[in-house]
Amino acid sequence: MTTARGPTVSGPGVRGPAVRHKLAINRLRDRRPLDAAMADRFLARHEVPIVEGDRCTFLYHGEADEVFLLHRIFGLPDHLPLRRLHGTDLWYVVLELPAGSRVEYQLEVARGGERERVNDPLNPRLAHSPMGSSSVCCARGYSVPDWTQPDPEARAGSLVDMVVPSRALRRDCPVTLYLPARFRRTARYPLLIVHDGGDYLRYAAAKTVLDNLIHRLDMAETVAAFVYPGDRLAEYANSAAHARYLTAELLPRLEAELPLAGTPSGRALMGSSFGAVAALATAYRHPDVYGSLLLQSGSFVFTDIGHDHGGGPPFEPVVRFVNRYRSAPRPVADRVFVSCGVYEPLIVRNRSMVPVFEAAGMTVRYVEARDGHSWVSWRDRLREGLSWIFPGPQKYVYE
Amino acid sequence: MRVILLGPQRRPTVDAVIRSLGLDGAGPVATITAGWQEREADDGELSGLLGGRGTNLGLYRRWLDSQDRDPGYAAAERRVQGELAELQDIYLLRLDHALRAVYALQPRSGDQPRFGDQPRFSDQLHAEAIAAAVAAVRELDAAHLRRVNDVRGEFFAELRPHDRPVIAGHRAEVADILGEAAALVIAGGHVGVLADVLHLFNVAAALSPRAPGAAVPVIAWSAGAMALTDRIVLFGDRSPQGPGHAEIYGSGLSVLRDLVLLPHARARMLLDDTPRMAVFAHRFGPGRCVPLEGGTRIEVDRDGGCPPGTRVLAGDGHVTALEAA
Repeated sequence: MTTARGPTVSGPGVRGPAVRHKLAINRLRDRRPLDAAMADRFLARHEVPIVEGDRCTFLYHGEADEVFLLHRIFGLPDHLPLRRLHGTDLWYVVLELPAGSRVEYQLEVARGGERERVNDPLNPRLAHSPMGSSSVCCARGYSVPDWTQPDPEARAGSLVDMVVPSRALRRDCPVTLYLPARFRRTARYPLLIVHDGGDYLRYAAAKTVLDNLIHRLDMAETVAAFVYPGDRLAEYANSAAHARYLTAELLPRLEAELPLAGTPSGRALMGSSFGAVAALATAYRHPDVYGSLLLQSGSFVFTDIGHDHGGGPPFEPVVRFVNRYRSAPRPVADRVFVSCGVYEPLIVRNRSMVPVFEAAGMTVRYVEARDGHSWVSWRDRLREGLSWIFPGPQKYVYE
Repeated sequence: MRVILLGPQRRPTVDAVIRSLGLDGAGPVATITAGWQEREADDGELSGLLGGRGTNLGLYRRWLDSQDRDPGYAAAERRVQGELAELQDIYLLRLDHALRAVYALQPRSGDQPRFGDQPRFSDQLHAEAIAAAVAAVRELDAAHLRRVNDVRGEFFAELRPHDRPVIAGHRAEVADILGEAAALVIAGGHVGVLADVLHLFNVAAALSPRAPGAAVPVIAWSAGAMALTDRIVLFGDRSPQGPGHAEIYGSGLSVLRDLVLLPHARARMLLDDTPRMAVFAHRFGPGRCVPLEGGTRIEVDRDGGCPPGTRVLAGDGHVTALEAA
């Protein structure tokens, strides 16, 4: 487990512990006279945000009455005001981000009584999600894992779309199957069922990740079933119908049609956020079916006392389920991989679930990252999770 | 039988070894690249190093063919692999606890004795406790190896591969090629696959003292070398999950006994963690733990002995050169 020092907001002129020299923005601030041309030259010289040691300087360039940095870093005010540099239309705020941090953010610009939320015009780095896009600040020490990028050496698996009519969910359920490269009918493959499958494929590069991890022998050759929610907040919030669909309809069909291991140790459920709740709840309802769970930033909202969980109506069934599970933990799988970003509010909930899972007698691997509730964060944890759930043949191969 | 063990062949030395054996005009060189699995036939580079004399036994292709044409064998193979996988899981669970006990007892600070050191009198009890914990691991390893070999033995006894036309046909072809060969070269790759196909196609019989090809020298590297031993030990300290426990996989052809071969040891193992390596050496002793690095060439004698100068993992956890007896 990583335990991380959280980010802080720095005042101007303060030197951070990891930076011995004055910050670039402070050097500019000290220049006299300071004018617009100087600010333009400053921007031309720097990538934004400016990362200097643990200090990240966020900038906005333009006329405005107020500018705020919007983020979802747990523990910091979510609206951080930027200060205007005198004599210019350059705005700035300095955030101390520990090494390895990755933060998604936007800017809110107030002008003439109007407020506009925008991605950082000075930063081309964007992250995408079903909710839209955000700008990304990569602090010192963060780099995009190479196994998340297409590798021409890696043989590509294939994606096959199918539809499973579900009586449980009363709809036709689309499924995208991932078949590993060199798929053979005479082999036997473990099965990974992925909630929010379309989003994992689109925003977490799941196919590229599977291709690469299998190619590098980090994970076993695996068949993955990417499933798509209908009414997500209903189906993923401890729904008996959803659990029945996966276990009594989808799983038997896949095991009948594909060369799958067909044993608990060869079956895993995966999901993030509400998808993690759905994975846990499905295993809870069918405790002898799935051997492993991969739970990322699970929305495991609960109350220790009272009823105020702060999640709103969609969380009511989740809270009831998690409270019930916490009061009487029992094993629902053999192995549980749990990951969460330290900058998301769910970090406390996920940390709290680890001893509960362990007390239930399950083998737990828990990983934290200096990241938020985002698809890229979930993508970046996949190597640790998938290689733990379905280890590859690396230990067998000696070239 | 003459056996020459090589390190990984990223910078090939097999060509020089073949030349040094003076096999000119002595016939083809049989090759086994089954450890490469689907890439088995991509052996052009190896064939070139052998001067075009290589004849690939095609054991992986034969294995796939046997599965396709003999469904009864394919089903039995899947069953036994499932049973072995389950056995391995149980063994690993027990091994994890047993090794944790060793490491928990093993002091890490420099002013305390380490396993492999001569214990001071006052540390005698502690040293005995560590030795007992290592002995428990050794017993677990030995029991697992026996169990795995029993399962494989029962599998072959029930399967009767020599009575199954497809497998028997492949066995006969393999024996014929080996009977004509001047040497046998076994490349690396997936050691489990290699061990399985070597057993299935009865390569050991062709190498036994009574077989016509018994005099052929065997040149093997990496997984190919491991598959010749009586105890295949899987290891890897640099996986995505961090250092793992070395584990017994099973027996190879058992042409070499009391040798634990460690290809690419420097890259795959935390050799600088000498307390950990000391546990490794004592766990598998008195067998010799032999790193096979790039450029290594070891000619093993008839009794499985290694020549002076062979680099081995010593009881203190350091890699040292063997001295002359």
